[in-house]
Amino acid sequence: MSRTFLGMPGTVSMMGYSGKEGFPENAAKAVRNSQLRFNLRKATGTIRGRRASVVGELPDWPDLRQAGKAIKDHTLRNLDTYLVELEEAVTRAGGHVHWARDAAEANRIVTDLVKATGETQVVKVKSMATQEIGLNEALHDEGITAYETDLAELIVQLGDDWPSHILVPAIHRNRSEIREIFVRHMSEWGRPAPEKLTDDPAALAEAARLHLRERFLATKVAISGANFMVAETGTLVVLESEGNGRMCLTLPETLISVVGIEKLLPTWRDLEVFLQLLPRSSTGERMNPYTSMWTGATEGQEFHLVLLDNGRTRVLADDLGRQALRCIRCSACLNVCPVYERSGGHAYGSVYPGPIGAILTPQLRGMESELDRSLPYASSLCGACYEVCPVAIDIPSVLVELRGRSRHPMAERAGMAAAGWVLNRSGRLARAQRMGGRMRRLVPKRLPGPLGGWTDTRDLPDIPKESFRDWWNRTDGGSR
Amino acid sequence: MMYGLTIFGLTIYAGGHVRVALFITCVNDTLFPGTGKAVVTLLRRLGVDVDFPEAQTCCGQMHLNTGYREEGARLAHHFVDVFRGYDAVVVPSGSCGAMVREQYPKLADGGAFGEAVAATVPRVYDLSEFLIDVLGVTDVGAYFPHRVTYHPTCHSLRGLHLGDRPRRLLEQVKGLELVPLPGAEECCGFGGTFAVKNPDISAAMCGDKVRNVLDTGAEVLCAADNSCLMHIGGTLTRQKAGVRVMHLAEILASTAPGDTHERGDSR
Ligand code: SF4
Repeated sequence: MSRTFLGMPGTVSMMGYSGKEGFPENAAKAVRNSQLRFNLRKATGTIRGRRASVVGELPDWPDLRQAGKAIKDHTLRNLDTYLVELEEAVTRAGGHVHWARDAAEANRIVTDLVKATGETQVVKVKSMATQEIGLNEALHDEGITAYETDLAELIVQLGDDWPSHILVPAIHRNRSEIREIFVRHMSEWGRPAPEKLTDDPAALAEAARLHLRERFLATKVAISGANFMVAETGTLVVLESEGNGRMCLTLPETLISVVGIEKLLPTWRDLEVFLQLLPRSSTGERMNPYTSMWTGATEGQEFHLVLLDNGRTRVLADDLGRQALRCIRCSACLNVCPVYERSGGHAYGSVYPGPIGAILTPQLRGMESELDRSLPYASSLCGACYEVCPVAIDIPSVLVELRGRSRHPMAERAGMAAAGWVLNRSGRLARAQRMGGRMRRLVPKRLPGPLGGWTDTRDLPDIPKESFRDWWNRTDGGSR
Repeated sequence: MMYGLTIFGLTIYAGGHVRVALFITCVNDTLFPGTGKAVVTLLRRLGVDVDFPEAQTCCGQMHLNTGYREEGARLAHHFVDVFRGYDAVVVPSGSCGAMVREQYPKLADGGAFGEAVAATVPRVYDLSEFLIDVLGVTDVGAYFPHRVTYHPTCHSLRGLHLGDRPRRLLEQVKGLELVPLPGAEECCGFGGTFAVKNPDISAAMCGDKVRNVLDTGAEVLCAADNSCLMHIGGTLTRQKAGVRVMHLAEILASTAPGDTHERGDSR
């Protein structure tokens, strides 16, 4: 339960990482953990298959995807107008709207709101935005305990762990590990796990249900995020699978929602597109079990909406990078990513792991630390993420763009400059090839320095005696 | 032999001054000349006289994708200068082809370079596209009596959208038994400088790819990109796995004994 928050104020939480080690070092540790590799392969493989089959059954998927992209782009271009429209609609419906420039401001607003109720406990609906700003830690510092109610978030919280996936934060855990976490730690947070708890999924779910039910009935303040906000009506929308979110949204006397400003949609009709795109891309379901929508304050409940910038307007100002703001956090890109599948989410040192994290975190947080500079390189540019993204974010292009803006190590710069010089003239290339051909026997089996990363697990190809161009010239294109 | 070359819907016949260039790519030129020779042999056999513009060097992929825009853009300019006069440019490498087709237009913000890119890029074909879409052949008269599995490589698949073209070509090869590769569409973990910058993840990805290859029982792993094959092949030989890697062009260039044909250098 005691956990130090190492995020830099006003930025995306670093999830316990100092940022001194880059992604390659973090990932190298993860790769050696065979249990983790197995859990991730199994989980991402299953969900990938489910997504592919439910997406495949919609003949108009490409059109939906284009519509999703177009609606988001239009909204982002007119964000100023739509945000004001939203504020007016929410206020009209009895809600209170707060604007937060950064994480510190958002945390202060929420903490003050909770304190004003006199409560010291809050229940939480699964939310990326509140993780991004490190809200639980900020509340903790003020003597307020936040209880996660999403099953996977609960597992993470009980295990004093960090989420490793956007949708399935405990994807790195298998069920026997979950059983152990429940048995060891549930009692520290409330109702203990039932005696003789097995690792049967139904038994684990029942244990969580009993543990959480007490919490829902006793807690008077809830904190949520939102998947969408409708400017026209002032409606907030949360999609979930378990119904725990709905408990939090309806039972408590005060509801505080912290939502990134990019979650906006202009009209109610736009939901038609996104309520198809999101469940199919994320859980691989045609429709998620629970879709909760609320407009302003309902009777007997006070409602606060905290609109969060935290770097988003800066991203919006960037021609190429702004497409990352289209993201609806479905996590399809994580599930298909061969790098994520092997590194797991923790290696990205951010609440946003995987391909979307690799383009979003450096934009939100900057590229000052070693970790953040290495994120745009955490990809083989295989393109699988772009292919599945329901709002067509060209992640590989943004990665390449961010690489172009990054500071490169000196030795690499020298190597690239030399290669560039050779490749600039065919005569230089030919001379370099001939030199290589003459020295072919001298190439060591193991390369020194950073290039040793290649020869640790792979042989080098043999250098041929003669390059293609020399063969072409000697034989006149093979005719001699 | 007469062959029809369809460019922009126009069919021009041999003798009608159709100029076909080979962009060998710097990696093939330097490390895998056998692939280049195989392309030349294959195209000649099909009646296409291919040119090798000697000023060519590199498409700029390594520089651009690693974040060295200036050097990359300089090489892109050079590519367009060298190849702009040709009616077709054949590239035996999925990732270099994808570089030219996908990224050059993004580099070109109008101007003379933009025009040159617009004129050149639509004429750049992957080898399998040139064979199937332009020449209209799937049976290239090859003979290769081996058990082969095919890895589609990411940039051939998701960059160039080659679809099943390479497979259709392989299916027509006499004597060849094509066995499906499980998890074929997954990246092998090469990714250019990724393999050096993230060696552990890259090796883990390749490890899974190699396991899938071995599970097929194939003798030969084929792909349309030697960079990926260098990576997978380097792991296969390190493991003494007994599976060879071959570029698609080398298999398609092989002919039955008796057919006069010189096999390209093996790698
Ligand atoms: S980037 Fe696209 S695929 Fe990835 S989480 Fe966001 S919306 Fe989903």
